[in-house]
Amino acid sequence: MANKRKVPALNANSMADISFLLLTFFLLVSNMDVDSGLARRLPPPPQTEEQTSVDVQRRNLLVVLVNAQNETMAQSQQGSEWYSSAEELRGSGGKVALKDKVKEFVLNMSNSSELPELTEEDFGPPIGIVPVTDQHVISIQNDATTSYKTYIAVQNEVVRAYNELREEGARKYFNTSYEELTEDQKSQINTLYPQRISEAEPKNYGGQ
Amino acid sequence: MPDIVFAILFFFMVTTTMRSETLMVKMKLPTASEVQKLEKKSLVTYINIGPPMDARLGTGTQMQLNDRFAQVSEIQDYIAQEKASMNEADQPLMTVSIKADDETRMQYITDVKQALRQAYALKISYSARQGDN
Repeated sequence: MANKRKVPALNANSMADISFLLLTFFLLVSNMDVDSGLARRLPPPPQTEEQTSVDVQRRNLLVVLVNAQNETMAQSQQGSEWYSSAEELRGSGGKVALKDKVKEFVLNMSNSSELPELTEEDFGPPIGIVPVTDQHVISIQNDATTSYKTYIAVQNEVVRAYNELREEGARKYFNTSYEELTEDQKSQINTLYPQRISEAEPKNYGGQ
Repeated sequence: MPDIVFAILFFFMVTTTMRSETLMVKMKLPTASEVQKLEKKSLVTYINIGPPMDARLGTGTQMQLNDRFAQVSEIQDYIAQEKASMNEADQPLMTVSIKADDETRMQYITDVKQALRQAYALKISYSARQGDN
């Protein structure tokens, strides 16, 4: 303790040059852009031959088919609607937009027998016991020559429908936007409107 | 002066990531409005799909894994390898980002998806640019 050694002074003149060099190096080798995308969960691989298909009641199923001509068909028990372009998917040309169709399907406000069945479930305060369509499935199917662009556009519209539902749920039960909810409240809303999107096993509908 | 430069240096070191690989396929990512950011870069594995940059290799769809062209059948090995290089705790959180050209036929994407299912890489993300469609 007693013999404190004297630290020799460090010459810091070159420090600026060195750090500038490092800075330029990092500027060159790094990139800022963050990857973004539509997150999806794939089903695990089928274990046995029989397990490949799950039976879903007809009324609980909304089939969204994108065919080889990049046309989209949304078919539920209520009937089917064709969309021939991305603009029509968003509701131009007098069509009901795909997202509105999905929202109507998921909510089944009118308790129609052609839309998914409603079951009452408790989601905890402040949501309480509300009827939800917890069995609904949106099945997105595509053809072999469907273009990726159209497929993503359709996926995007379906995700948009869910996001709008969640936003409306947040406004209704928590009086704020979904973005401002706490993690717990978000997961509450997410269990109220879970994304039930199925990406079916590949099928070939012809029209190569 | 050195302090300021050091501050900028640290800022860049923290906010940026290393350029991981040189792209060998051309791709124009599709646009989507509802994209989510992929949070942790270390958990993300990339699969690049598109026509090759080198015109001599034709215009057919190719897939690039880690700096080389690969076949769909090689995905399983690739995923197993990437998984092995991760922390055990992080392995279930692994996300595969499919970066595909928007003109790709779905047949190719479907094959890739099936291979990913077989490899138990179930969290995927269809890479897309933030856009207004």
